[in-house]
Amino acid sequence: MKFYRSHVLVAIDDNSLKAGVKEIETQLRIELEKNNLTDEIKVLETGGLSYFGTGVSITILPDQITYLNLKKEDLSEIVREHLLKGRVVSHLILNTTLTNKYNFNYKNRVVLENSGIINPENIEEYLGTGGYEAWEKVLTKMKPTEVVNEVKASGLRGRGGAGFPAGIKWSFTAPLRAKQKYIVVNADEGEPGTFKDRLIMEGDPHKLLEGIMIAAYAVGASKSYIYIRGEYKLCIHRLELAIKQANEYGILGKNIFGSGFDLEIEIKIGAGAYICGEETALIESMEGNRGTPRSKPPFPGVEGAWSKPTVVNNVETIANVPSIIKNGADWYNTIGAKCCRGTKVYTMMGDVKLPGLCEAEMGTSLRTIINEYGGGMREEKSFKAALVGGAAGVFLPNDMLDVKMDFSSLQEYGAVLGSGAILVMNEDADLVEMLWSIIRFFRHESCGKCNPCSNGNTVLFKLIDGIRKGKGKEADLDEMVRISEVMNKTSFCALGQSPYMPIKSAIDNFRIDFLARMK
Amino acid sequence: MIVYLNGKAYKAKPDETVLQLALRNGIYIPHLCYHEKTGKAAKCRACVVEVEGMPGLKTSCNLPVSDGMYVTINSEKVLQAQRVVVDLALSSGQHDCLSCEQNGDCELQDAAYYLGIERPSFQLYDDKYEMDDSSEFIRVDRSKCINCGRCVEGCNYTVVNEVLNFGNRGFETKIVFDGDLPMGTSACVQCGECVQLCPVGCLIDKRAIGSGRVWELEKVETVCPYCGVGCRFEVHIDRKREKIVRVTGVEDSPTNNGMLCVKGRYGFDFVNSEERLTSPLIKENGKFKEASWDEAISLVASKLSSLKKEFGSDSIAGLASAKVTNEENFVFQKLIRKEVGTNNIDHCARL
Amino acid sequence: MTNDIAGIKKADVILIIGSDTSAAHPVIAARIKQAVREGTTKVIVIDPKEIVMADYAEIYAAHRPGSDVAVMNCMMQEILKNGWEDKEYIKERLEGFEEFKAEIMKEKYSPENVEILSGIKAETLRKIAELFGKAKTASLYYAMGITQHTTGRDNVWTTANLQMICGNLGVEGGGVNPLRGQSNVQGACDMGGLPNVYPGYQKVVDANAQAKFEKAWNCKLDNKTGITVTEMIDGAYDGTVKALYVMGENPFLSDPDQKHVIAAMEKVDFMVVQDMFITETAEFADVILPAAAYAEKDGHFTNTERRVQRINKVIEPPEGVKTDWEIVQLIANAMGSDWNYETVKDITKEINQLTPQYGGITWERIGRFGLQWPCPNEEHPGTPYLHKGKFARGKGLLSPIAFKEPDELPDEEYPLILTTGRVLQQFHTGTMSRKTEGLNNLAGPMVMISVVDAEQMRISNSEIVKIATRRGEITAPAFVTKRILQGVIYIPFHYKESPANVLTNPALDPIAKIPEYKVCAARIEKVL
Repeated sequence: MKFYRSHVLVAIDDNSLKAGVKEIETQLRIELEKNNLTDEIKVLETGGLSYFGTGVSITILPDQITYLNLKKEDLSEIVREHLLKGRVVSHLILNTTLTNKYNFNYKNRVVLENSGIINPENIEEYLGTGGYEAWEKVLTKMKPTEVVNEVKASGLRGRGGAGFPAGIKWSFTAPLRAKQKYIVVNADEGEPGTFKDRLIMEGDPHKLLEGIMIAAYAVGASKSYIYIRGEYKLCIHRLELAIKQANEYGILGKNIFGSGFDLEIEIKIGAGAYICGEETALIESMEGNRGTPRSKPPFPGVEGAWSKPTVVNNVETIANVPSIIKNGADWYNTIGAKCCRGTKVYTMMGDVKLPGLCEAEMGTSLRTIINEYGGGMREEKSFKAALVGGAAGVFLPNDMLDVKMDFSSLQEYGAVLGSGAILVMNEDADLVEMLWSIIRFFRHESCGKCNPCSNGNTVLFKLIDGIRKGKGKEADLDEMVRISEVMNKTSFCALGQSPYMPIKSAIDNFRIDFLARMK
Repeated sequence: MIVYLNGKAYKAKPDETVLQLALRNGIYIPHLCYHEKTGKAAKCRACVVEVEGMPGLKTSCNLPVSDGMYVTINSEKVLQAQRVVVDLALSSGQHDCLSCEQNGDCELQDAAYYLGIERPSFQLYDDKYEMDDSSEFIRVDRSKCINCGRCVEGCNYTVVNEVLNFGNRGFETKIVFDGDLPMGTSACVQCGECVQLCPVGCLIDKRAIGSGRVWELEKVETVCPYCGVGCRFEVHIDRKREKIVRVTGVEDSPTNNGMLCVKGRYGFDFVNSEERLTSPLIKENGKFKEASWDEAISLVASKLSSLKKEFGSDSIAGLASAKVTNEENFVFQKLIRKEVGTNNIDHCARL
Repeated sequence: MTNDIAGIKKADVILIIGSDTSAAHPVIAARIKQAVREGTTKVIVIDPKEIVMADYAEIYAAHRPGSDVAVMNCMMQEILKNGWEDKEYIKERLEGFEEFKAEIMKEKYSPENVEILSGIKAETLRKIAELFGKAKTASLYYAMGITQHTTGRDNVWTTANLQMICGNLGVEGGGVNPLRGQSNVQGACDMGGLPNVYPGYQKVVDANAQAKFEKAWNCKLDNKTGITVTEMIDGAYDGTVKALYVMGENPFLSDPDQKHVIAAMEKVDFMVVQDMFITETAEFADVILPAAAYAEKDGHFTNTERRVQRINKVIEPPEGVKTDWEIVQLIANAMGSDWNYETVKDITKEINQLTPQYGGITWERIGRFGLQWPCPNEEHPGTPYLHKGKFARGKGLLSPIAFKEPDELPDEEYPLILTTGRVLQQFHTGTMSRKTEGLNNLAGPMVMISVVDAEQMRISNSEIVKIATRRGEITAPAFVTKRILQGVIYIPFHYKESPANVLTNPALDPIAKIPEYKVCAARIEKVL
């Protein structure tokens, strides 16, 4: 085996592709050749680094130096200075805190442990990190009920928003006798400001596949669908590649490892409707129907896709499973908060220094997430509010910065963890604009199935639009709360129930912003 | 199984819903999308109730009964929610009861009346739809549509013609024919099931427009005169004019479950036709002349009698009818067999 | 129908042969489609037209008109070859199996041979036989596509053979189910509107039956079978029939070979027509008697599933109009009799007394949704499906039926097969449906022709063409479609402006006396 002095990790994700990473990688190789370094320095492609707005970035190991926003002409300097002479090109790091945060961000990762480190397009690299060991363990040493019990014991809760315990969900479907059962992975990720699932899939597709395999074995499903939004081109490409590789390695397919267990994984591409993130609407869409939610009961676990028992789990939920099986429920119980074990992947956007993904233990305070993982407030402006949980989330004011980010703690404040989106706003933010755009979003994404949601959101939008245009009156605020509260109580699915939370929290906590628009 | 509605105990059937139980016992809960045939839709959300031990409000149309369930239908919390929900539906379109054909038979009107909603409070409707008058027998006025989905369900699952569906989404959601063709150019066969299921004035019998208010019409049940399926239907009659205004299928009929075809539902003009004969006619010199019943009957009787006498009974033949009643066919064959004295009787069973 | 409408959904497989169900019986079609949508039932459609029901079929096969016996015999051969028949049922409940089998197993009914006879691929025939034969319960629906042939009776027997060997008769969801085409065609038959039977199918040649009716009516009755409608027309033409009394029928448009019908009606000495309108037939009458419409009277209709249902008077008849039974009573009494029916109920009572199947279907009892005959007494609940446990005649008789070609086959002069039928929007001779303008706007005359034939003849859609047979010629707009078998044309018979029965062949089935509307040789020409 050949040893290299240094490795250069080139992060390839949707953003870097748009920023021209391929061209820059070619340039990097040219520069390395020019300097006769090809025998000493190895270039590796990896998934994204989980930072947003950082263009093309490369990380040099073992130095753990990350260069951001690279252009083609920067490469000769980096190769010459850093790789040949060992001098850090400090002006390309841009922000010196970043290097430290990089290290901080990478500790305690579960779901994203390999993202940005291994090449997601090469199954060997996943296997090299101990990948598919959990799958092998399950197939050779565990009964399906043991797998369900292990996941139950781990306390893993669904990461799609509602936080339903995954093991319990599985335990409804596992004992059912049916000719066909399905595992459906919800990769529709439509919550505004959320792209954690995309980076999980782009950075480590095999981890998702391994999780699916374990879940399928546990509930007795021989077919799995990954329902993914069509915009996620790179994810689709990498998942297809990963499925192909897994089939070639005999990890997937018929009679896996001679166990008699068959599993087929298929990708279904969605058309980007927010409602299709709701599990029953997703199933409708998958069946080729209009994407609208179904009446529950029957729950999908009993009667789902094509009326067969179907477990629908979020990408992040499933991506937790291999580590739980490999290291055991006891290990998982050492991480996170009491109510909800493990980590949570957040998509942090807005006025922080380091927008992007971070993975933190459940129960980490919002303040820590913003200051440590997010690098603190941008331009040293003061914090005003954070919208936590996506459009269907809650505006948290300054005095709630120390709230612990987990399902139960947030619930105490009437807030939700939701998709794990955190939109941080500084003193310049205007809550009227924020709320206007949220309601406009709901109005646009309402599927039209039920009356309170489709008509109610239209009423709400007319009211907020009036306020925004300076034509509102104070009574409109109470009207918005009243209508959205009825919508919350009467709507068919979570979409129509959702506007109440952002409306109520915005108006309760930031009423002054709204009054300022009224004369 | 005992279920409590507003504190009073009712015997419930194991497979029914709270709404069905209530309606069966004459207790009204506002509902716009539920119909016994198309089943639970849970779309309009007007039928919400409170259930002890369950959080929030529950739609009663898809809520199975369970023993000892304690349901509150008339609390202020329930009524307040229902008021907003029905108000939203009422505000979403142009519900002008004064000129609406459905006035008096409108489930939205009933719900609004029950909840004391005088007029829509939200200004939602913005003239977005044009009337679709392209179909021969059915008018589509989407400005009155509340997207209850009964017509879509009926078209796809009851009559299975699979023409109607929903198009667009959210507030722009509308019923569409074959992916949004005018109704008249779509593959619609105009069976009228959608009209029968529509709770409001969106899908209506075109020819009944202006022909009388619901409460002015009398309804009588009978059987369709066309094919041999024997669909049971109700004829709506304007007594002042002795005129048939519309026909609707009988929902609980075992032959048709409310379904009809285009002929049965709309092909009733022959009854009130101007071309109907109202006097016996006798042909003289190749031309028909009106005659009295006495003249006509005695002519027929004497002609038949004399031919029978001259050429024998078998020189006479009678054609009974596949379109008249059993009783009439019975007496006709009796006439031919007994009075004429021949078995020369047949009808067009083979044709 | 041997079975009931509610039982449609109980079938695992439904065979539709010779019925354009969604056009002629739309509500039955809806129920079959429901069963398909719910996934409980698979449908096989065999029809020269690719009818709407074909869209719901597991297997659709276009067969040459007139090849029904060959197709079904082939199915039965395959079923017997593979052992899919119901052996116990055959042993317990049927007779004549060996003779029947000897015919069925003949080489001429092999899929390969029947492919030549019917145009259905041998492979498809095998698939049809397998799907049908292996079904736990299969039902068979047909209409005039089976009966209107010179081999009409053979066709019907063959459907019964098929259902018997598969054990599908006398079971819920099975049955041989002819769909009756008119509101009370079942009742007209039940009430003895046929030349060979009194009400309740009591044979006129049966001395006991004769005695029964002579006693009831206090008169002498004739004991020989009378003549059928087509024979009446022939009789009028050749002078043996001197008087025709037509109540609510329109043979001008409904009977075969219109030229011949017209000539006959012109010749007959005396013709009475009793109708709502001056129909095409009434134009030839000596006396027309104005009759009430269905909505103007009380009484009963019997539907296709033998359900006797009350019809109620909805509106007053126009002044000067009488109900048919009133008119008939007036004539009877004018002929010197002493009929004394005061209301319809009196007639219903007499029906209950003289018609065994209707014994328990009384005016008082019938209710909103009627009763299905046989219902011999007032305690009997009615009969949703026939032949349960045992056949009416004891053992079911299997008859060996040999395939025969239709009376008239295409030749060089008349190279196409003409078949006739109905469309959804019109009914029979149009006396009722054509009074509604909207229905006329939806469906006018047409001749359906395959794209292949139309292209060869350079005929375009909606072009007026001439259709000719040995009987005569008519013109109609062409409806060019992929949904009809090449070499076959189809014309609905509702229209006096394009009367299909100018063209049809009056050849009859020797026993059933039904004309061969579904096959005759025809030619299409462009009109210049």
